[in-house]
Amino acid sequence: MTAVVFVFYLFAVSTLLGGLMTVLSRNPVHSVLWLILAFLSSAGLFVLLGAEFVAMLLMIVYIGAVAVLFLFVVMMLDIDFAELKAEMAKYMPLALLIGVVILMQLALALGVWGFDAGAAERIAAPKGDMENTRALGMILYDQYFLVFQLSGLILLVAMIGAIVLTLRHRTDIKRQDVLAQMFRDPAKAMELKDVKPGQGL
Amino acid sequence: MIAQDLQVILPEIALAVYAIVALLAGVYTGKDKSAAMIVWITAAVMAVIGLWIATGSGTNAAFGGSFVDDSFARFCKVIILFSGAVVLVMTQDYMARRGILRFEYPVLVALATVGMMFMVSAEDLLVLYMGLELQSLSLYVVTSLRRDSVKSTEAGLKYFILGALSSGMLLYGASLTYGYTGTILFSGIIEAAGDDVSIGLLFGLVFLIAGFAFKVSAAPFHMWTPDVYEGAPTPVTAFLSTAPKMAALALMARVLHEGFGGVISDWQQILAFLSVLSMFVGAIAAIGQTNIKRLMAYSSISHMGFALMGLAAGTTFGVEAMLIYMVIYITMNVGMFAFILSMEKDGVPVTDIGALHMYSKHEPLRALALLVLLFSLAGVAAPMLGFFGKFYVLRAAVEAGMTWLAVAGVIAAVIGAFYYIRIVYYMYFGQDREPLDAGGGPILWVVLMGSALIMIVGVINMFGMEPVAAAAAAALVN
Amino acid sequence: MVEFFTETYLGIVLVILGQSLLVLIPLLLALAFLMYADRKVWAAVQMRRGPNVVGTFGLLQSFADFLKYIVKEIIVPAGADRFVFFLAPMLSFVLAVIAWAVIPFNDGWVLSDINVAILYVFAVSSLEVYGVIMGGWASNSKYPFLGSLRSAAQMISYEVSIGLIIIGVIISTGSMNLSDIVRAQDGDYGLFSWYWVAHFPMLFLFFISALAETNRPPFDLPEAESELVAGYQVEYSSTPFLLFMIGELMAVVLMCALVSLLFLGGWLSPIPGLPDGVLWMVLKMVFVFFIFAMVKAITPRYRYDQLMRLGWKVFLPMSLGWVVIVAFLAKFEVLGGAWARWAIGG
Repeated sequence: MTAVVFVFYLFAVSTLLGGLMTVLSRNPVHSVLWLILAFLSSAGLFVLLGAEFVAMLLMIVYIGAVAVLFLFVVMMLDIDFAELKAEMAKYMPLALLIGVVILMQLALALGVWGFDAGAAERIAAPKGDMENTRALGMILYDQYFLVFQLSGLILLVAMIGAIVLTLRHRTDIKRQDVLAQMFRDPAKAMELKDVKPGQGL
Repeated sequence: MIAQDLQVILPEIALAVYAIVALLAGVYTGKDKSAAMIVWITAAVMAVIGLWIATGSGTNAAFGGSFVDDSFARFCKVIILFSGAVVLVMTQDYMARRGILRFEYPVLVALATVGMMFMVSAEDLLVLYMGLELQSLSLYVVTSLRRDSVKSTEAGLKYFILGALSSGMLLYGASLTYGYTGTILFSGIIEAAGDDVSIGLLFGLVFLIAGFAFKVSAAPFHMWTPDVYEGAPTPVTAFLSTAPKMAALALMARVLHEGFGGVISDWQQILAFLSVLSMFVGAIAAIGQTNIKRLMAYSSISHMGFALMGLAAGTTFGVEAMLIYMVIYITMNVGMFAFILSMEKDGVPVTDIGALHMYSKHEPLRALALLVLLFSLAGVAAPMLGFFGKFYVLRAAVEAGMTWLAVAGVIAAVIGAFYYIRIVYYMYFGQDREPLDAGGGPILWVVLMGSALIMIVGVINMFGMEPVAAAAAAALVN
Repeated sequence: MVEFFTETYLGIVLVILGQSLLVLIPLLLALAFLMYADRKVWAAVQMRRGPNVVGTFGLLQSFADFLKYIVKEIIVPAGADRFVFFLAPMLSFVLAVIAWAVIPFNDGWVLSDINVAILYVFAVSSLEVYGVIMGGWASNSKYPFLGSLRSAAQMISYEVSIGLIIIGVIISTGSMNLSDIVRAQDGDYGLFSWYWVAHFPMLFLFFISALAETNRPPFDLPEAESELVAGYQVEYSSTPFLLFMIGELMAVVLMCALVSLLFLGGWLSPIPGLPDGVLWMVLKMVFVFFIFAMVKAITPRYRYDQLMRLGWKVFLPMSLGWVVIVAFLAKFEVLGGAWARWAIGG
């Protein structure tokens, strides 16, 4: 067993373990933490594949941002998971049946796994001996330019949606106007009075 | 190369850029005060782009064959753009009076339309998925636009979750397809599939069709439709039941014919099954409905069944019949919703069918128009355009040797006719009740009357639509 | 003998271990004195004497603190999630340490010279938030939890602008390798060839974001002692607390190293003609650390909404705009390609 194989199995096992424990864990916060382990291990698998850029993106985007928000939400929520699970148990037999049927069908499908003839030529060839970050950029901004821009539009819609559905302009609160504060003229803001003893203003 | 590619998608770029400009304009000017103006401008822009597209010709591929502008795409785009524009115009007043006219509404509708335009032109699975998501995401948001209403937010959430599930299925199908063929281009898939699909590819196909069926709300993937139609603000329901259906069906036709055109017999049965189930579920479940929006939901499920029948035929004529059916269906639906939008009592919108009792006594002209539309929706009486829509798809099924499917369609149409005619019965022979307001502005009136008029006048030659649809279908199937 | 270290697994592992220790031990030693320096600067600003009892001028104060922390009793609050409670400080420490694997101290003096080094540092520093969140949550106590929530929001907000600033630098260099970034700053004008000139406003944005990212004053809201006692660290004592503290300080020093590498030319000599070398790198880091310490001493703490406003409404638009500007400056090679130094990067 070479070192690479050993490391592969290490990451593979911990990815699976992380995924499994995400589902099985009783404490939702632990679930998210296991999920993070699964993300981290799959980042490791990407590194083994030689796709270090994707691995880093996985870490920055999924672990550094998405999972933090998950954790944030899960910690703040007060959900009775036992009740949810009881509700789910009612439909368990049916769900299991469907699940098993689909699993068997998929096993059937994957059992005959094999590319159709000629698939090898259709798969995109590696872009020479370019480092993979550069190759990714070349493909993303050239061949898949249209799809890239469309994803931008989708994100725009998501942003508009979040604002439309949640932003409420409250009128009953006092807002801070930073610029007004910064450009305040001290000469106008206060007045110095010479108070004579015993007289007051 | 990139300049030529951009040339091909210029209409889409124009609409997307317009949406962004309108968004900025809305934010930096009057916010919701400028909404009415943005609605009108958006409708105008969409209509102009529709005319612009209608003048195009030939088949232009772009971006390495992942996008195509052919007469099929142009036909669908024109329908989508015009129906979107009409819906926007006729709903502006309703939304303004309910206080839910926000300037984001036209912007989101425009972006959804951009998504639909990409859907009908997609030539690979990625562009298809991106277009679909752009459209769906915008629709989820507009569905829950009335955010203070529990029903509206619930509808939005249901739509979002089930839509996400269906997108997941679609993606799974897409990845199986890619896994077995090694390409995402339809032209590559059809080549790889050949005459005989492997069992793995078949799974991909099934998952893809399941995902599409969700989007067109064909039974058994229709569960979301009644709740979403009922909960969404009525203008949004009007939009949901027109342009997106066209886009999703066109997308389905393109994937099946261009990607899996060599293995028609493999997907024919699935579509026939979906079609029969939708027709009957739509027809039977609608009988018990008292809410007109829910009724329209079941009606649309049933109509999708008929449209799928055309597709199930798997022939050029089948696609043509589907296109004609959809155009007629959309026209009728726009008219129907113009009427539903004008249903109100004391300024509050009414959706109960019972409110229509003896409507003919108070509003004879409107009742007559509604009668025409309802008969046309039912499609059993000869002198309305709706009958011809049904006639075309039935003929397509028979010509493709699926007589049993056509017979099932006729039976379903007869069952479905019951609930349409029941409304007519209420309007002319029901008990006398407090009448509805003479609500609705002149725009709604014009749209309702126009739609009803088309249903009658169109019988003569369908406004010359048939050769255009035939050319569009021929461009797709070859 | 040479084969043993290049051929066998054990040998390779030993070499890597040795190299790591070579980085780690000087770093930890330096940390002890930086801690001391931090306190001395703070004291000097407030006209106090600061630590002056242990050793000459109190130089050994940090070591005394260290001993004190490890011999005290570890207290676990009732109802705490024990596993996560202990995992948090360890994570905080380990993450702070592993980021140093890609930091070059001199030309070629780097443990792991990877292509995506800067992304790696960014990724690891974005993970550091977990130590804080987990610690705050596992303590099963109100103040720590509030502190950790603040911290999560704060660190994510400022990561965005740090990321965008880094993108500007990457565009200029055409590489994500830290050594390449430093080499790209080598020029005829000494310290005026460095990126702090070309990316002038971003140096300050980066520095301020780094303050927020490492929870340093004036952005130390997660542990604001006047309101949250000590924030997420309230329930920690003894060695776990020590790990948190070392992790935090190490992250600060890492940010000093990043500022030096990205904007101040790393190991390059500021005056043309003088030899480059590790000494310059160390001097620059110490200089940046001194600024960190001064900021801590002289600024009042931000209010939370002001902190968020600064991050999202000022820094984000500015850094985003700068990315666009740099892209144009680089593409059209303005000013003789001051923003397009791709020849060096690859």
